[in-house]
Amino acid sequence: MSINTKLVDDLVANDISFVTTVPCKQLAGVIDEIEARPGVLHVPSNKEDEGMGLCAGAWMGGKRPAIIMQNTAIGVTINTLATLIQYYRMPLPMLISYRGELREPVACQVEMAVHTKALLAQMNIPTYHFHKQSDADEFDNILKYTFMCNKPVAILTDANFWGGYGDQ
Amino acid sequence: MIRSDILKDIAPILRDQLVVCNIGLPSQELHMIDDQPSTFYMLGTMGLSSSIGFGLALAQDKKVISIDGDGSVLTNFGTLPTIANNARDNYILLIIDNGSYGSTGDQPTYAGKKTSLAAVARACGCENVVEVAAEDTGKALQEAIKGNQMTIIVAKCKSGNIPVPVITMDPVVIRDRFMKTVRA
Repeated sequence: MSINTKLVDDLVANDISFVTTVPCKQLAGVIDEIEARPGVLHVPSNKEDEGMGLCAGAWMGGKRPAIIMQNTAIGVTINTLATLIQYYRMPLPMLISYRGELREPVACQVEMAVHTKALLAQMNIPTYHFHKQSDADEFDNILKYTFMCNKPVAILTDANFWGGYGDQ
Repeated sequence: MIRSDILKDIAPILRDQLVVCNIGLPSQELHMIDDQPSTFYMLGTMGLSSSIGFGLALAQDKKVISIDGDGSVLTNFGTLPTIANNARDNYILLIIDNGSYGSTGDQPTYAGKKTSLAAVARACGCENVVEVAAEDTGKALQEAIKGNQMTIIVAKCKSGNIPVPVITMDPVVIRDRFMKTVRA
């Protein structure tokens, strides 16, 4: 089974039926997989804070949500995480492409990578880092944990997890 | 008419509807005029009333009205294409456009100058956009509720505020009673 299929199987098994995405090269396969699942409503966002607003509404409307985005989005969404998702106690799994880590070819991505975990820690957001594909064995438990505690939870997935960038 | 006059006018219409209300004075005014468990008051997060309401409309079938302001729409323009391209007929976006950032001291917005929010919404692909004078807001809203087509209403009014108390209700209480109303 491909890693994309495994991740989306876990989302579906946890009754997640609303997914919003802001794309990343690393996430292209998982986004395609979500688009292909009839039981999941996929609504692409133009910006990640908008996506979190959609997720908040979807959750209040009875659908379990998830957001898929790059780690650069942490810089965009601090206010939304604090004043909407955390303040109103809403669950939000955030499957995040962790750009700027080992095997990253684009230097500028490192500039947000070095802040990513510190920002998440400052926000008291439970954070998991997938570096090897076997790390995704925990994804199912992380999703259950997220909807148990009604918090935003970050799952950082780095280039090594996705198999690198080929020849780059 | 200023925003609070519009809210007083439409409060009886909003009573039976799911409402997501914009941060700051709009929420405080609506809370003071006619507090309802069917209203989700935003206590923070400027700009996301449209997105939260739209997510709610996507997830269930009841009508949802997002009350937004011109300043808040300007800060989250990106959501208009999302709304247009995933249109849901149970969604109404009511933009009360007073041409100013009311909650922060009535600084002018670009919507009060050259920028037309109705034209922007149409350019983003929204198909049923109406612009009305303040006094016609209730009529436009009732038509939108009766109709079966996603509607964007831009209600033009004067800037100005009335003294209102802040909302002291706990956010989790606001959210919990709102979700119970959604499920009822």
